[in-house]
Amino acid sequence: MARITRAGSSARPMTGGFELAVWYLMRLTALALFVLVLAHFTIVHLIYDPAVQRADWIAARWSGAGWRTVDGLMLAAVVFHAFMGMRTVVSDYTKGGTRMVLVMALYLLAFLIFAMGAMALITFPDATQVPS
Amino acid sequence: MLFRYRGSEGMLAWAFHRISGVAIWAFILLHVLDIWLANVNYKLYNDLLSLYGSPGGRVLETALGAAVLYHALNGVRIIVMDFWPAMTRYHKQLWYANWVLFTVVGLVFAIQIMAPAFGLQAPFSFGG
Repeated sequence: MARITRAGSSARPMTGGFELAVWYLMRLTALALFVLVLAHFTIVHLIYDPAVQRADWIAARWSGAGWRTVDGLMLAAVVFHAFMGMRTVVSDYTKGGTRMVLVMALYLLAFLIFAMGAMALITFPDATQVPS
Repeated sequence: MLFRYRGSEGMLAWAFHRISGVAIWAFILLHVLDIWLANVNYKLYNDLLSLYGSPGGRVLETALGAAVLYHALNGVRIIVMDFWPAMTRYHKQLWYANWVLFTVVGLVFAIQIMAPAFGLQAPFSFGG
């Protein structure tokens, strides 16, 4: 049983090591995502309409290294935050072997999703090669 | 659970954070898949894109925005209390302040997203 403190609002692991690192990284990625995701949502849903964001729109947005870098940072942060969050949820409702299998499945899926996102970010063709 | 147990603000804030978090996680899976698809088969992606622009797609888009906005605001509230424990005393007030921000910011997004579903021009123009 992990020792916890109630000094803050949510249980901060007092055992140190991996769980404490995850606790801090959840908050660090949260702050990064507060900026990155809200900016992303504003651009993609308020300034532009997703209905017009065909493949050539994506190619134009990713025509330079700038947005690819920003979106790469967002991908890394969101995969960590979303899957570690799901790990907490799964761990709250399962135990023993079931928990271990589900958490391992989450880690595998996280790796797959990150790889697919990274593949799109790195190999997306130049705007001139995607017809509208 | 939400209706049987008369939860206080703290319990509801936690439940909404968890529900919105799982919903956003599910959308992340879909969103990485669709961008991956745009890369490997842009014609199929372009065909499927019409789903996002349909009236039903816009309702889901608004729901996604609500989930993201709530999760972001409540997440800041959690971090504030984690690193400034004295603020835990005002956790309800912080939660109500979040709802004020959520309503003001959310309405702007909701109107912009839903307008085309009613055949109206999107009200805000940013040269996009």
